[in-house]
Amino acid sequence: MNSKKNTGEGLYKVFIYVVLSALAITILVPVAWVFMASFKQNSEFYGNPWTLPLGLYWKNFTDAWNTAKMGEYMLNSVIVTALALALLLVIALPASYCLSRFKFKGRKFLNTAFMAGLFINVNYIVVPIFLMLRDGDLWFKKLTGGTFLLNNLVVLAVVYAATALPFTIYLLSSYFSTLSHEYEEAAYIDGASYNMAMWRIIFPMAKPSIITVILFNFLSFWNEYIISMTLMSSATGAKTLPVGLLTLMQAQQSAAQYGIMYAGLVLVMLPTLILYMCVQKQLTEGMTAGGLKG
Amino acid sequence: MKLSAVLYESCKGKEPVDMKENKGLKCFRFLCIAPATILFFVFMIVPTFNVFRMSMYEKGAYSPNETFVGFKNFQTLLQDANFIRSMQNMILLVVVVTVITFAFALVFAGILSREKIKGQNFFRIVFYIPNILSVVVISGIFSAIYKPENGMLNSIIGLFRDMSDPILWKGQSLVMVSIIIAMVWQAIGYYMVMYMASMASVPESLYESAGLDGASRVTQFFQITIPLIWTNIRTTLTFFIISTINMAFLFVKAMTSGGPNGASDVALNYMYSQKDAGLFGYSMAIGVVIFLFSFALSALVNKVTEREPLEF
Repeated sequence: MNSKKNTGEGLYKVFIYVVLSALAITILVPVAWVFMASFKQNSEFYGNPWTLPLGLYWKNFTDAWNTAKMGEYMLNSVIVTALALALLLVIALPASYCLSRFKFKGRKFLNTAFMAGLFINVNYIVVPIFLMLRDGDLWFKKLTGGTFLLNNLVVLAVVYAATALPFTIYLLSSYFSTLSHEYEEAAYIDGASYNMAMWRIIFPMAKPSIITVILFNFLSFWNEYIISMTLMSSATGAKTLPVGLLTLMQAQQSAAQYGIMYAGLVLVMLPTLILYMCVQKQLTEGMTAGGLKG
Repeated sequence: MKLSAVLYESCKGKEPVDMKENKGLKCFRFLCIAPATILFFVFMIVPTFNVFRMSMYEKGAYSPNETFVGFKNFQTLLQDANFIRSMQNMILLVVVVTVITFAFALVFAGILSREKIKGQNFFRIVFYIPNILSVVVISGIFSAIYKPENGMLNSIIGLFRDMSDPILWKGQSLVMVSIIIAMVWQAIGYYMVMYMASMASVPESLYESAGLDGASRVTQFFQITIPLIWTNIRTTLTFFIISTINMAFLFVKAMTSGGPNGASDVALNYMYSQKDAGLFGYSMAIGVVIFLFSFALSALVNKVTEREPLEF
């Protein structure tokens, strides 16, 4: 009786491991395959897809970096992501602090408005944002003869930061509202101004939440492509990395430059993978902290 | 020492100090909140309002003027077979992807959080990887998987059957299935990790007493685990449905652009293509339908999943 139960247990365990490994393989193998394919020469793409590359064909990467302009696009992506993150933090931190810790008229209204913003998906409103910037450009053209709202990395960063506000404020506010008011009161007694108490006392305490905010928004800004594609639509203008990759993927359908395409794929995902390896614990834990509530 | 100084200050002249502080506080609050509110207003509230306003207008790409046409755009929509198909595809994706993702994520999380599994950390790290990749990267990976000649999938199937007539994964009949697979692949790990965390908070003693009463693992899963984390499932379900409407667009746009012949078009992609065609008013009418649809759907899900919350 007892041993029968034990074999049942054992089979169940084996079954679990088989299922889990199968899922892990379906995730790991395609990703690893792309890394492998990025080192193959074009002629190697016509046979069995599972053969290992004959050698490390680095030319794919130099071609992708220079000829396909992925290097330039990566610089653009770095600029936009860094700028958007900096803007977002400078704007969202004080706002969430005040919205969660001071009582004043209109606070409830603002909190509700930002909460409602959680339900507005950026891709629902990308067309009006584009039209608004286009109309602004027409106005500027009349005024100064130049346009600068569309095809501008800075404007793109501002749009990223603005549309990330509801989620960020929600996450930070829910942390700030758990802190005791005694921290600031002590600081005020010591002669600190409101501003100083906020920057020196409260924000350093919120470091884990701030890191979570940075991680999530880094991933979403780095990987975003619809807004970027819409607002940076000029054929000759600057592009961000995912949009550049999309163009590369569409181009290889006619030119069959497989090696360069997979090298481009690797270039886009490598930074996120490296970051993930460094901070995976924080990321999966941060997700549950934010996710449980929303 | 410091406390006495404060007391002294406050006795000296309570009124003026308070007034001055109040003004400073007001100024401080304003400076803190104004930038966020302005950006939020300009880039989210105004565009949202514009979606609804412009849906009543006819506005083209090459003429600066717009004419008020009332509900004409919506009337045209009802007769637009392409729009109706794109809505059907969107609903199909939302329903199927949600059901598959949640079923798998809950079961896997249930197993992983209950059993002592070696390498649990490894599985958790791996399952989360798709979530950090750009949809463009995922569509690149899946185009390598779905390639008709010597793609990964067809080469594996080729071991078992003759492949002289390769399966066209992105062909008219299979394209939706292919997109569903890609979307589930992307979403499953995220929800699994999330449910593992919430299931870990269910006290072990409940399972022990249920085990003594002879409840099987399956019974325990449905009678203990699911009811106890129901509030969490409910919130995430609502958010998942809203995000799937959006993710469907991201995947379709990168993987197929709605092709072949619009077979995989979804509503947001159709909206976007109408914008590219220069029909801004019409495009926004589609936007309004998607807005209302997503609100109605989340309200419905919220209502249907309502249960008495359980305490533990």
